[in-house]
Amino acid sequence: MFRYLALRFASLCLSLLVASIVIFAIVEIIPGDPASYMLGLNAAPDTVAALKEELGLTGSALSRYVDWTTGMLVGDFGTSYTYRVPVSELVVARLFISLPLAIYALILSTAIAFPVGLIAAARRGTATDFGIMGATQLGIALPNFWFAMLLVVVFAVGLRWFSAGGFPGWDEGIAAGLKSLTLPAIALALPQASILARVMRSALLETLSMDYVRTARAKGLSRRQAVVGHALRNALIPVLTIIGLQFSFLLAGAIIIENVFFLPGLGRLIFQGITQRDLVVVESVVMLLVFAVVTVNFLVDIAYAAVDPRLRIRS
Amino acid sequence: MKLSPSLVVGAALSAFYLIAALVSFAWTPYPVEELNIADKLRPPSATYWLGTDHFGRDVFSMLMVGARTSIGVAVMAVGIGMGIGVPLGLAAAANRNSLFDEFIMRGNDLVFAFPSLVIAILITAVFGPSAINAILAIGIFNIPVFARVTRGAALSLWTLDYIFSARVAGKRAFLISVEHILPNIANLLVVQGTIQFSLGILMEAGLSYVGLGTQPPTPSWGRMLAEAQTMIYLAPRLALLPGLAILTMVLGLNLLGDGLRDHFDPQIRRAR
Repeated sequence: MFRYLALRFASLCLSLLVASIVIFAIVEIIPGDPASYMLGLNAAPDTVAALKEELGLTGSALSRYVDWTTGMLVGDFGTSYTYRVPVSELVVARLFISLPLAIYALILSTAIAFPVGLIAAARRGTATDFGIMGATQLGIALPNFWFAMLLVVVFAVGLRWFSAGGFPGWDEGIAAGLKSLTLPAIALALPQASILARVMRSALLETLSMDYVRTARAKGLSRRQAVVGHALRNALIPVLTIIGLQFSFLLAGAIIIENVFFLPGLGRLIFQGITQRDLVVVESVVMLLVFAVVTVNFLVDIAYAAVDPRLRIRS
Repeated sequence: MKLSPSLVVGAALSAFYLIAALVSFAWTPYPVEELNIADKLRPPSATYWLGTDHFGRDVFSMLMVGARTSIGVAVMAVGIGMGIGVPLGLAAAANRNSLFDEFIMRGNDLVFAFPSLVIAILITAVFGPSAINAILAIGIFNIPVFARVTRGAALSLWTLDYIFSARVAGKRAFLISVEHILPNIANLLVVQGTIQFSLGILMEAGLSYVGLGTQPPTPSWGRMLAEAQTMIYLAPRLALLPGLAILTMVLGLNLLGDGLRDHFDPQIRRAR
């Protein structure tokens, strides 16, 4: 168990190291110098030099990389060129929108996919199964930003149940905040739920055909008891993998959805950073997203070991 | 042998868009770059089959050229993934358990751990938004997918008797990979290619929607959606049609992929 965790942790650290090098390298070769870009064409050279100094753009690439990464380790993400505030402040404020949105969407996706996948597996080969499989095919093919636009037209403009976009802030109460995240969360969740339901179905079908399930039934367990007590637990391994992958997809996928709903989350922060050439914001937020994704995958691996004792013993 | 319904429907949908894309090289009802403000926002009619947009451009023509854009980006992105990923996977399987194999596999894990959309956005933002950069950004993330599929399938073939015979006969690993392994995993690669193709179309649409993909005046489905968003109450048709095009094209490709997999693998066919 310890060896397994240590190996996983080492690969987590390696992923983060490589990610930071790649992101830094990509941003390094960006065309144009941010300082002269910010000050405009007519800026005096000494003003540009002064700003460069202020932004920490002098020195070798290596020393800047070391400064950047060691800074992040202690929570210092640098100062935004355009907002003139620490990036960590910007990030924290926006994280309170992006993170709840991703979690909301993940809960929705799982809540839809579990029963749907279970029903499809239990009614395998029937019209219900066929209908569910057809619906999930459509769900997978659905571009989520287009689905988001349709949701706005129907539920915000037509029925007026929700606002078409924007975020009132958590100060207005949790209910108001959640309400404005509902349409974006549905738009994110439905395509993901379709994938998850299919994984759930096929994982269940596979475990249901196992001998131990037949043995459990022969011992006198009802079909329901056999599914819940034996098949479901074993089917959870592939399902957990997909849930882990989906969380990262939901965090990253939110970038586009946040733009549809004008939500001031991390995704919009990245876009503003890109258009204003605010490199410190862009590289730090991207690094943060990679960190979140890699960490979630690490947690999923630990969850594996908890669900599947074989993994603990084998290592 | 009877063809499965998903194979037939998938192939028909995919062929429909492929033909539309090919025809658009030679003919579209109207030139897509021509603005005609006098005829803006016309509803569908005999003159304009699917109406016109806010610049008076013919929507039907734009959808045709949009299919060409989507397919072009996705084909090249899959090409990058296959072109680099398959040789890597073959080499890793031929040198299994070597340092090279380990390096390739760990590298794959790393790329998989990255949120592809975020990195694609970073790449297109840094190198400038364009179709070429979108292709590169999508293509890079296809490499580990193909490397992994190729390696996994090739590994199981390396244990078979006929490969062993070839080795005993003194055939080099490179030739065995090319002459015996590759033809036997081609089916699998075609199926994976179809799946990556549909993912590429979704990603291109997403990047173009946020302005980081295909640039004006070249029509793309994602950008048509972005432009239609502000006029969604005035002309909902403009937002519906490109979305439906993406949905049906991706659906068609996914069905085609599923159908091909079942077609190639009799075991799955029996199990269903």
